Amino acid sequence: MSAKVATGRGPGQSALSFLLGELKPKGKLLTPFNVITAPIILAGIAFIIVRFAKGLGAVTNLSQEFPWGIWIGFDVVTGVAFAGGAYVITVAVYVFGIKRFHPIARATVLSGFLAYAFYTGALMLDLGRPWNIVNPIIGNEFGVNSVMFLVAWHFMLYLMAEFVEFSPAITEWLGLKKVRRIASGLTLGAVILGFTLSFLHQSGLGALFLLAKGKIHPLWYSEFLPVQFLVSSVFAGMSMMIVEGSISHRVFKHRVDAEHGAAHRDILFGVAKIAVGAMFAYLGMQGIVVIHGAHAGDLATGWGAWWLLEVVGFVAVPMLVFAAGIRRRSVPTIVTASVLTGLGIILNRLNVSVIAFKWYEPHHYVPAIGEYVVTAAVICAEIWAFRWIVLRMPVLGRDAGEVRE
Amino acid sequence: MDRRGFLKLAALTPIAVVAGEASASKPESASGPPPTEFVGMLIDTTRCIGCHACEVACAEENGLPYPDLSRLGPGERQATTTEYTPVSLFETSKGRVYAKRACMHCNQPACASACLCKALEKTKYGPVVWHEDRCMGCRYCMIACPFDVPKFEYDKPIPKIAKCTFCPERLKEGRPPACVEACPQGAVAFGSRRQLLDEARRRVAESPDRYEPVVYGDHDVGGTCVMVISSARPDEIGLRTDLGTRPFPEYTREFLYAVPIVDIILPVLLFGFSRAMAHGNDGGDP
Repeated sequence: MSAKVATGRGPGQSALSFLLGELKPKGKLLTPFNVITAPIILAGIAFIIVRFAKGLGAVTNLSQEFPWGIWIGFDVVTGVAFAGGAYVITVAVYVFGIKRFHPIARATVLSGFLAYAFYTGALMLDLGRPWNIVNPIIGNEFGVNSVMFLVAWHFMLYLMAEFVEFSPAITEWLGLKKVRRIASGLTLGAVILGFTLSFLHQSGLGALFLLAKGKIHPLWYSEFLPVQFLVSSVFAGMSMMIVEGSISHRVFKHRVDAEHGAAHRDILFGVAKIAVGAMFAYLGMQGIVVIHGAHAGDLATGWGAWWLLEVVGFVAVPMLVFAAGIRRRSVPTIVTASVLTGLGIILNRLNVSVIAFKWYEPHHYVPAIGEYVVTAAVICAEIWAFRWIVLRMPVLGRDAGEVRE
Repeated sequence: MDRRGFLKLAALTPIAVVAGEASASKPESASGPPPTEFVGMLIDTTRCIGCHACEVACAEENGLPYPDLSRLGPGERQATTTEYTPVSLFETSKGRVYAKRACMHCNQPACASACLCKALEKTKYGPVVWHEDRCMGCRYCMIACPFDVPKFEYDKPIPKIAKCTFCPERLKEGRPPACVEACPQGAVAFGSRRQLLDEARRRVAESPDRYEPVVYGDHDVGGTCVMVISSARPDEIGLRTDLGTRPFPEYTREFLYAVPIVDIILPVLLFGFSRAMAHGNDGGDP
């Protein structure tokens, strides 16, 4: 059975020499992607050094009025939404037994895990006193009345659950058959726990902003923020998977065989259907909130136009594009819809956390160059890590889907 | 009660209560009776002459640089990381009004409910204090505070959250906060919140032509330990009047109550589903 495992340490090869060999880059170094991203990552590191030497103000445009910028609003709040694919797909496969999503489960879990790992890193950059991050974990002080406390714990445990979900791929890479059996035995538990943890921290991110009452424009503030964040994380995750999946299958073509290339199309349409369902529910909810909250009058203002752009332009329209793409079985159409949906998610999360925050202030926060560069560096580094793992471990195509004991 | 009598009372009564309690960062029991009510401050802007003595005293007490009083004029001055209690001059419908602002020390503070490591804490005797050793610098308190009170040292590699402390060292010694003691006009009174509220209502009731008929902080955001009375409407002297009377922690309470329920029910449901689908044995791994 292990004959099917495409990678893995061969007999007689020492663990050390295997690991050293795997650390070396595979393929050419001077690819256009590397040439563009390497300087971004180096520049990001330079900004991070300045940030820790001189304080947050040296690199960011944060202020007393705007304590949270894009390092929180984009790197964390938006990024976590995009990582929503993993909890939806794993629960579909392992709890509801929807087998056809199985081939993408590993890639989804891996991108989810990396997203969380890197966004935790990004969060550390934004913390003024990051060495105290252990306090709410080791129990120095449990701020159990804080939504942030809840989000932190669910976030951390979910990172562990996703590691467990991904660990069979690591054991196959290392050729550890016995450990693999134990690791895969833990999968169902990790999936169930992971879904529960996601359910609460995805909604918890929205609940964080419930305390900013009076500071977020009423079109974006409502008591339904947690539910809105939860539902939109579903179609954020699905769109991300469609975009990332179609890019992966092109870039890592040699890791995917023809049969799975064809099955992948069907999977993408299945994922698109989940997105459409979630978007429909989300739109209904947004409509109810605006009417129930009597904010319909706000729609006639400039902020109303901005809100309509987000909700109609980047949720309703991509939903229709998705539907058209599914009916015509056109992959480019649903990829287009996914890109539009992704932009809508970015817009929504930034609106709640940054743009519509203190909309009444005369001088608004605009990110500094260093904030953009560090954000870009975090994303580039994450893609590097994703590529490194996909090129070595069984993640895509047959490698991932068909390995069985 | 005349003004002098009140001030004497305000200066003496609650301190006995506070003195026993303030010495206790140690838990319960210890010595002295537990506090039965919060201490607070009453800011009477009709008495303030804009001398800024409170600001200077605050800076001295907290080891801060001398406040920047070079560019004073009409317009709101915001608190900064080194000026915890700026006095602003407002042009209002009732003429010019000087108003001191600082942390409101809410009865149920948003900042403390936001903080995940209890770095901001509502003490039993009223003041909201910040613990340097606990804070991780996430600035969620700044997002949450409806009065935009906590300030963050963006220019420091080891930054602090800065805000009015209510002078805990002085309270321990049985003295009122520095700003109260420094005020030559009695524009800031110190006492138990209940006494101050009574006094504020009395002043407003006795001089209806001198005061706007509202005690700011009586009910706003569930009540605050710092209360303000003025000749002008609260919104004219930089106080938000759209915050409601509901304590801010309540906005997240329902969500937090739902969490343990979901944490328990959802895994059970999902496990049941997976059994019902009867495919638990061939699931394999991702």
